[in-house]
Amino acid sequence: MKKRIINRLPGQGAAAVLGLLPFLLLLLAYAWGSQVRLEANPEDKLLPALSSLAAAVERVALEPNRRTGELQLWADTAASLQRLGIGLAVASLLALVTGLATGMVPYVRAALAPFVRVLSMVPPMAILPILFIVFGLGELSKVVLVVLGIAPCMMRDLQQRVMELPSEQLVKAQTLGAHSGQILWRVVMPQTLPRLIDSLRLNLGPAFLFLIAAEAIAAESGLGYRIFLVRRYLAMDTILPYVVWITLLAFLMDMALRGVSRWAFPWFHQGKERA
Amino acid sequence: MAALLEVKQVWKEYGSSIVLEKLNLSVKEGEFCTIVGTSGCGKTTFLRMLLGEEGPTRGSLLLDGKPMPAEPGPDRGIVFQRYSVFPHMSVLDNVTFGLEVTRSPLLGRLFGGARRKARDEAAAMLAQVGLSQALERYPSELSGGMQQRLAIAQALIKKPRILLLDEPFGALDPGIRADMHALVLRLWKESGLTIFMITHDLKEGFKLGTRLLVFDKPRLDAQAPNRYGATITYDLAIDRQEPALLEEIQGAVTETSRFNDQQ
Ligand SMILES: Nc1ncnc2c1ncn2[C@@H]1O[C@H](COP(=O)(O)OP(=O)(O)OP(=O)(O)O)[C@@H](O)[C@H]1O
Ligand SMILES: [Mg+2]
Repeated sequence: MKKRIINRLPGQGAAAVLGLLPFLLLLLAYAWGSQVRLEANPEDKLLPALSSLAAAVERVALEPNRRTGELQLWADTAASLQRLGIGLAVASLLALVTGLATGMVPYVRAALAPFVRVLSMVPPMAILPILFIVFGLGELSKVVLVVLGIAPCMMRDLQQRVMELPSEQLVKAQTLGAHSGQILWRVVMPQTLPRLIDSLRLNLGPAFLFLIAAEAIAAESGLGYRIFLVRRYLAMDTILPYVVWITLLAFLMDMALRGVSRWAFPWFHQGKERA
Repeated sequence: MAALLEVKQVWKEYGSSIVLEKLNLSVKEGEFCTIVGTSGCGKTTFLRMLLGEEGPTRGSLLLDGKPMPAEPGPDRGIVFQRYSVFPHMSVLDNVTFGLEVTRSPLLGRLFGGARRKARDEAAAMLAQVGLSQALERYPSELSGGMQQRLAIAQALIKKPRILLLDEPFGALDPGIRADMHALVLRLWKESGLTIFMITHDLKEGFKLGTRLLVFDKPRLDAQAPNRYGATITYDLAIDRQEPALLEEIQGAVTETSRFNDQQ
């Protein structure tokens, strides 16, 4: 008998092929579009041929920049990843501390939760000018934008996760003689860490958004800086590989975080299908 | 011998609905009280008052003649129907945890020889409930019956004076249930614990307890179902099974249950 579509499962090979299909289709569509446009006008800059993209990649990744002597792609990547890494680390720490405190302690929740809720509604881009004025045009303001952009939502998320722990567990710990600090340290925090990783993974996209926005407006290096710099010359052959590269970086970070979570918190993943 | 637990004229209300009313009870050390009653009549609420998680709206609860502490403590252990064990700790760690929090007041974590000793004690406790083969597994890898045995071991390692069991075997199949009954009876006889156990199974209540408490609403008002709370309608010492009595209780409880379903 034929099964309902919601019950039909693809095999491993089929799933891999299906997963790759949209990427292949996109690539084909691009190659076709590019060819059509270049045939009509060989000077067209919008959709460079795949071969010119490859040449541009080779230039930015392997040949020293004529002005600075650096390998441009790697220098930009290092600058951006440093800002992003610091921003993510600070935001995670803030989210963990605030989430645990507001999630566990009713008095702290009463004092801070409404404030965090309002804070998360402030559009980060709207205060970017203030950040530049207060923190200058250097590294700090970019890191601060990433932190302000994602930390409030992460704090709210983690508070929610902490409060979702079954109250039975907290009662149980108390009947075993644990005090608040021990419950925090041994019961609540270990169970919050994998949820922090989840939250971080979901916020990688927004973090890159804020990073690139800050770099676009004021920077001397970085992936976002480069894209907005070469935009003036309509250098799609640089912009497109940069976009793909940024996407790939975010994807790899997401994979790595998932791997860390599976390795460090096996109990969290057992018997559950998690993205 | 003075009573271990004294419940005097206790009422419990949530807003305008009365859950429990006029509870009076005196329990001596070493008794095994089984509690039966319809769903939603306030049995869990009563246990939560014994835990100190909830306070009575009126009346007083005395433990050893002193007011019941307003929060849970190590003298009163609990096994909930679900979520009793810590999902992020192995079976052995779940039981060791209770020893670690008292022996390492700051971090709740032991190291070196102290840790080995605590783990040995925990392993001995787990052997008593038959979980020696599963020390390194996580709770999610255990069956329902194993999880409940783990929860019992976890509670008993603290040597509580009172053990509260909230439908601990509700989800288990009859064979495992019988094993669990034997286990609980053995542990109770060895340790001199006082046990309160909620069950939906009147036979189980009769089989295990030394005393059966029936929670039921003595008055049913179709116009205002929450106007009257449940109270203890039967408080029986169990020395032998009386089929007629069993039937009478079953009849009364079923009537309340039908009434609730029609609301
Ligand atoms: N925190 C609360 N706030 C408001 N009402 C509550 C609260 N806790 C319990 N109740 C109500 O008290 C009544 C008794 O609940 P309780 O959980 O004690 O029943 P129970 O006898 O344990 O039922 P069951 O056999 O289904 O477990 C229910 O009607 C429930 O809705
Ligand atoms: Mg209940």
